[in-house]
Amino acid sequence: MSSIEVGGKSYETDEEGYLLNLSEWNAEVADYIAKTENIDMSDQHWEVVNFLREYFEEYQIAPAVRVLTKSIGKKLGADKGNSEYLYGLFPYGPGKQACKIAGLPKPTGCV
Amino acid sequence: MADITPPAYRSIPIIPKLIPGAMEGKGPFVATDKINEALGFPGHLVDDWHDKAIAKMGDLLTRFRSLKVYMDACVHCGACSDKCHYFIGTQDPKNMPVARQDLLRSVYRRYFTLPGKLFPKLVGARDLTREVLDEWHNYFHQCSECRRCSVFCPYGIDTAEVTMAAREILQSIGYGQKYSLEILGKVHKIGNNLGLPAPALKDTLEGLEEDVKEATGIDVLFPMDVKGAEVLLITPSADFFAEPHIDSLIGYAKVFHATGTSWTLSSMSSEAGNFGMFIGNYDQLRQAALRIRQAALELGVKRIVVGECGHAWRVAYSFWNTLTGVGDGADANDRFAQMLQKQLDHRYKQPAHICEFTWDMIEDERIELDKSANDNLIVTFHDSCNVARGSRMGDYPGGQFDIPRNIIRAVANNYVDMDPSTTHERTFCCGGGGGVLTDDLINVRVKGALPRMEMLQQVTDMQKVNFMACICAICKTQFTKVMPIYGFDRRMVGGVHQLVSNAIVLGKNK
Repeated sequence: MSSIEVGGKSYETDEEGYLLNLSEWNAEVADYIAKTENIDMSDQHWEVVNFLREYFEEYQIAPAVRVLTKSIGKKLGADKGNSEYLYGLFPYGPGKQACKIAGLPKPTGCV
Repeated sequence: MADITPPAYRSIPIIPKLIPGAMEGKGPFVATDKINEALGFPGHLVDDWHDKAIAKMGDLLTRFRSLKVYMDACVHCGACSDKCHYFIGTQDPKNMPVARQDLLRSVYRRYFTLPGKLFPKLVGARDLTREVLDEWHNYFHQCSECRRCSVFCPYGIDTAEVTMAAREILQSIGYGQKYSLEILGKVHKIGNNLGLPAPALKDTLEGLEEDVKEATGIDVLFPMDVKGAEVLLITPSADFFAEPHIDSLIGYAKVFHATGTSWTLSSMSSEAGNFGMFIGNYDQLRQAALRIRQAALELGVKRIVVGECGHAWRVAYSFWNTLTGVGDGADANDRFAQMLQKQLDHRYKQPAHICEFTWDMIEDERIELDKSANDNLIVTFHDSCNVARGSRMGDYPGGQFDIPRNIIRAVANNYVDMDPSTTHERTFCCGGGGGVLTDDLINVRVKGALPRMEMLQQVTDMQKVNFMACICAICKTQFTKVMPIYGFDRRMVGGVHQLVSNAIVLGKNK
């Protein structure tokens, strides 16, 4: 198994850098993973990541892209409630890249 | 991903120059112990892998006579060699279908034919070494089991079955692919490829009801686990989760609503895609399919309709009958299959494709359509390989090509076909089918998309096409991912029922 080193602590990840142990996640780790994805975490990024964490806590799965865009739209205004806005923040695709930073497992299947 | 550049378009689609070894590598991620063991495969590569692999090959040759024929029949005529999108995109000679198959065939010859046992070098027979095994893992995951090459094979060799056999040997010795096997584990445990539990599905569906109400003012329902509904919709879980897939789900719901059809989804069987086929394992294929039978029996539905999912439709159309009793042909002693046969309403096709359902409703004038709603689009259609070459729709050969196009023409004013050498049964795979749709194979996926991208570019340049409709979750995801790399807007991709959704006039039930 692979691992990453953040703040003197080691975190186990899968081959692609997704955290294996969800409960180990913290803001510092999120920042670290974001950097490896060439993303500079802004308040807007955190807004998405925090929502993913909350949703996952309740449903044990990342939200559908539609659920995510709707929630962001409600919080930040209708002009931001669309997948274009999310792709702007997470260019590799909001589903996977944002999940990785939020310490959630990678969505699998035909997505 | 930034370092992946698409191959250049060919000015004339000629056979590419060979680059031996271009796609050598480790292949996709290997399944972990946990993933393997959950499915009953060995956790990791077993010590006696050589003997076990040969024994498995022997077992498959005995059980599937087709495989033995495919091993023996090839005369290396080369008709298939330039028909594969992965060969065209990668230029690696081992991706010529004949050469890829020979990775397995050469080992078959060594252990199962007399000349190969006596004079291996003379007949191109090889020992099964660790290098050969690694080569299988790498190159048999550069095949999407799309069967385009089979269309051109004068002997009718089904190359997909050769790939499936190779993968089955690999996973039987603990060397299976992480992506497909992890997903099968989720299906058995949770009911879909995503691992989407019932409460999350419910929440998503309720959200869609709100969205459609907001957009149209109409209460269109997205029912889940409703006993006694007429139709059970089995659709890929990507339809609940991803863009643009979800727009087709909205389209199905609107068609059901407009035609007054009672329908339901099932939370325990919320997946159409069956990755058991990708890995060539009959037991996995059957187990995944049996969830659908269980849901149908429990909910007491009269019809089973399958959403936009290419491989699902192949499995549903070709295998569900004997696997589950959806459609005639199950064993007379298979009690539940016979029970389901009695339960289903045989005035209708079982199973039916959502396109068959919708086209019937259009022909019967049960729905009202405003074609001008799609006037901003010039639409083309990408035939999905497993629908095109592995199944049928309607009641005549070729219905699977006409029905989706008929629907598009009924809901949109502007439609053009791509080059006929790449449509209908000669369609090119999107580049992500058959277990290849995973990030660790992104290089293979981008290169494999080349022939479809070339033809899309052509109709984009000449006829100003700005929308490519698909009826497969994998096609939609794959194109959304790779098209921007080729310079297209990813919103150019969508579902046939997304177009239906745009055009359907609600509130005027007929």
